[in-house]
Amino acid sequence: MFENVRLSLQGILSHKIRSFLTMLGIIIGIAAIIAIVSIIEGTKETIKKNLIGAGNNTVQIRLMQGDYAYEPGYMQGGENVRVIADSYKDRIKALDEVERCTLYRQREYVDNFYYKNKSLQGITLLGIDADYLETAGLDVAQGVAFSEKQHKEFTKVALIDENVARSTFDGEDPVGKIIDISGEPFTVVGVVTKRSGFEPTINSVEDYYTYNKTSGGQVLIPTEDWSICFQYDEPQHCIIQAKNTDSMTTAGKKAADILNENVRVNTASSETEDSAEAAAEFAMMKLEYKSESLLEQAKALQDLSQSTNKMLIWIASISLLVGGIGVMNIMLVSVTERTREIGLKKALGARKRTILSQFLTEASVLTSIGGLIGVLTGIGLASIIANLLETPVAISGKAVAISVAFSIVVGIVFGLLPSIKASNLNPIDALRYE
Amino acid sequence: MVFDLKGIYKDYMQGKDPVPVLKDITLSVDEGEYVAIMGPSGSGKSTLMNIIGCLDKQTSGDFTFDGTDVMQCTDRQLSEIRNAKIGFVFQNFNLLPRQSALENVELPLLYAGVPKKQRRERAIEALKRVGLEDRMDFKPTQLSGGQKQRVAIARAIVNKPRLLLADEPTGALDTKSGDQVMELFKELNEEGATIVMITHEPDIAKCAKRIMYIRDGQIYTGAFNTRAAQAEKEAQAAETKQEGTEQA
Repeated sequence: MFENVRLSLQGILSHKIRSFLTMLGIIIGIAAIIAIVSIIEGTKETIKKNLIGAGNNTVQIRLMQGDYAYEPGYMQGGENVRVIADSYKDRIKALDEVERCTLYRQREYVDNFYYKNKSLQGITLLGIDADYLETAGLDVAQGVAFSEKQHKEFTKVALIDENVARSTFDGEDPVGKIIDISGEPFTVVGVVTKRSGFEPTINSVEDYYTYNKTSGGQVLIPTEDWSICFQYDEPQHCIIQAKNTDSMTTAGKKAADILNENVRVNTASSETEDSAEAAAEFAMMKLEYKSESLLEQAKALQDLSQSTNKMLIWIASISLLVGGIGVMNIMLVSVTERTREIGLKKALGARKRTILSQFLTEASVLTSIGGLIGVLTGIGLASIIANLLETPVAISGKAVAISVAFSIVVGIVFGLLPSIKASNLNPIDALRYE
Repeated sequence: MVFDLKGIYKDYMQGKDPVPVLKDITLSVDEGEYVAIMGPSGSGKSTLMNIIGCLDKQTSGDFTFDGTDVMQCTDRQLSEIRNAKIGFVFQNFNLLPRQSALENVELPLLYAGVPKKQRRERAIEALKRVGLEDRMDFKPTQLSGGQKQRVAIARAIVNKPRLLLADEPTGALDTKSGDQVMELFKELNEEGATIVMITHEPDIAKCAKRIMYIRDGQIYTGAFNTRAAQAEKEAQAAETKQEGTEQA
């Protein structure tokens, strides 16, 4: 076997140009496949990173009314939803896939927000529990986080994010300042920033709106203080951090299921009006916890790019097929050329099997070298394309291994016919062949 | 006895009609014999060699090689006989051009499944026997015709075969190299090798201990001597004539 490989290499090297031309089809086919796969993988990684943020793995589970986030300020039906008790949070935390869990309340565009007679617009107010900062990936850049005592004792304290710090305090140190939320004075104790690892890549305006809905900035107060500002406790939203990226979807769904046990479904209206319209209306009004599955969106996008690229792989495979036929052609020529050699070997006692394996080895050594060159060319091509299009590429080890294995298979399949022809040569005719 | 041919017939099909090439050939060769088979081209001597070399099968008749009935052998068994019991020497050497002399000599051992180290040792030994130990790493293109044929002989004897079968071994060589090859054959025969040689040159055939003449596919005992004698006479006449012209 080793001897055969050595002899094949010798043969290939002694016909350099012919061998190269024979391999060309395989090289082009494999290079195209590697380049395409690398670009697909690169695009997939980008999509994933953009949508879910590298190393983050957090899933938002928001209370939705129809297609929109439930906001007690604007919407009806709030009486159907109860506040989530801590026991639910403990159950979510106990899930295998869940690392951390936090419950929070949220109101967007809070209008009665003042600092020294200055009204602030577009502020998002969050009522947070002790787990929020860690789960949502916020760091306290200035000042301190809320203490346990401040949570328990309804202390009127607030954390602000950098946007608010910039727009409201304009260079002043915000720590220790008093802000007015719904007529109640809150002391700013710190400024929070998003941890860099939690920052998704922003490539477009759409991305910007996805991640920065709260362009006016965020103000965080202890969730216990919610009733001070808004007179009653509102149902919370939830953020969980999954143990790893792949379990995000499952973790989100499981957590949403637990939270939905808490939602009382209003069935009264659907019974009386039995029409599609009513059903649609009911669906619109339906309150439900839904995990915001970015991973699923990412997968959907990935699938889309993958299906277009699958077509390209098919086209590349055709090139590989043509390459294989080229190999077969040259091998047939080679068998004819070496008729005397085959005859001699048979006269010296080489069996059919020996001749067969010699030619098969030669064909597969030829195509696997072609495959290797193709892989290198493909990697080169992919990085050139990556530079031109400014998209990242991910060289997939799996694709490389499959390509090389596949090129060996091409060698065996297309080398079979010439090899059988060689092994069936009659030694007398072969020896006399001129 | 090395091999025994009894009433061998061989037909080739030309279209639908069988054309007889060998007719009732009977020949047996014992150990240590040195036989030359002579005949003009088209006489069937190559066909006879192919049958003796187990490269082809007779149409009818009995052929026993070293106690084995060749007619009953499978393709694979024939390969084994050729590999282990027959050493071939061809007119145009048939060396693998890209391999060194040593690798060429190793080839039959490779097919016999001899381990690498032993293969090398035995090949070197065979090359020493033909006096080419200093040319082991040369490629056939770097060797002269006589050297190539000696490499081929080394390859033929490396397996210590029962029979050395040579087909026009001097056909592609000049007289001097041809003589060297014949000298080598003679020595090998004296060492105990059984040799069957096919040739159409009377001078070469004379080196053998026993000469067999074949014509039109038949063994031709009686007339052979006259013909050989005639050839000899002609050769002598030519020589004297040449001497005469030289003297003149």
